Amino acid sequence: MTRFSSKRGAVIFTPLLAMGVLAIPLASADIGSRLWATGGVTTIEGSAGGGLVPWALLGSYASDEEWGGTVAISRAEVDDYTLAVIGASLNWNNRVEVTFARQTLDLSSLKQDELNQDIFGVKVRLMGDALYSPWGQWSAGVQHKRQQDFTVPEAIGARDNGGTDVYFAGSKLFFAAMFGRNLLVNATVRGTRANQGGLLGFGGDLNNNYEFMAEAGAGVFINRQWLLGAEYRQKPDNLGLAPEDDWWDLFIAWVPDRRLAVTAAFVNLGDVATLKDQQGVYLSLQGSF
Amino acid sequence: MRLGIMTTHFAALVVLASLVLTGCQSFHREPDNSLYLQLGERAGIADVVEDLLYLIVDDTRISHQFKGINVAQFHRHLTDQLCELSGGPCEYAGREMRESHAAMGITNTQFNALVENLILAMEENDVPTAAQNRLIKKLLPMYPDIRHL
Repeated sequence: MTRFSSKRGAVIFTPLLAMGVLAIPLASADIGSRLWATGGVTTIEGSAGGGLVPWALLGSYASDEEWGGTVAISRAEVDDYTLAVIGASLNWNNRVEVTFARQTLDLSSLKQDELNQDIFGVKVRLMGDALYSPWGQWSAGVQHKRQQDFTVPEAIGARDNGGTDVYFAGSKLFFAAMFGRNLLVNATVRGTRANQGGLLGFGGDLNNNYEFMAEAGAGVFINRQWLLGAEYRQKPDNLGLAPEDDWWDLFIAWVPDRRLAVTAAFVNLGDVATLKDQQGVYLSLQGSF
Repeated sequence: MRLGIMTTHFAALVVLASLVLTGCQSFHREPDNSLYLQLGERAGIADVVEDLLYLIVDDTRISHQFKGINVAQFHRHLTDQLCELSGGPCEYAGREMRESHAAMGITNTQFNALVENLILAMEENDVPTAAQNRLIKKLLPMYPDIRHL
């Protein structure tokens, strides 16, 4: 069952792609100046980071005198679900990142066809540089989420169809840290009421308040084109009918050039909407300009 | 009493032994020059710096910052600096980093551009990834001086 470009996905992705192509001559003729692979990749929520966790890095390669942006298309295929994501970002001066993502969770195994969610994100680099500052780079961000198909989430006890996550993240690249290889470490704390990231709505019968969640990621640069790593994301457990597990993944990212990043991962999403132990593969393509 | 003296002698011996062992390591061993060797010694470093200068000239992000320099002197100074930094038998005779970059107003964009060109120059000279990373790590403490932070 591979429907790589759902109709809705194609409709949104085409203008995004066109926007990206048009933006290339508008931005400086050259792509941004930050070093290869230091913009991270596009997470499933649109913010720059790994796959599941937003990092303190800002997307694209824009440095302090430059504009940059990304477009990305991602897909996670786990046992009973498919999550498709399209995302786009703009970065001004490596100071502010503005992102948009649309998530589509295919629920063919349940009654409803699919759940859609839009995520509008802003991340600000507060201080530091992940590569050059001894104390790394620190950023804060918000993700405003709008769940578009609330019937199923409401039926299992979710309170709201919209919510805003806030997070604080630190990232640091340690040069020549392991066998002469560079090590990238990230820690994030998120305040959230989201169930399964918001796809199952916000708040619930067990808990309806903001809770702090810990998230982390680490990766080793085999060389400047290959990053191998893992991520962990703690999650709330707000719904009595649909217990929720923490997420984790093992990823490998290939950045042959600043313009392209390909990420593949093994993801473990645990129990999702009453279906047990959802594991599978994740693939993401990102273009930068 | 005799036991006491023996204990004292033994303790002195241990202290002496540890002094000799650590002392040998920190005072008499050659400084760690493995990075210097991986970079191809002074000749290899000189090649990297030469390629770096060619890349800088072609890079509109930073070439203007190098206008009017004495190229031969700059090449010699930077080669000596990287040689010394990597554990080689050289002595950097150029100006202090903070002083020499004071009036340049170097941005992060320009700093990134230089690091990128240095990595490309090392790649052109087949410097192994680990040695590239180790050299950049040694250069990092200069970041605040160069950026004038």
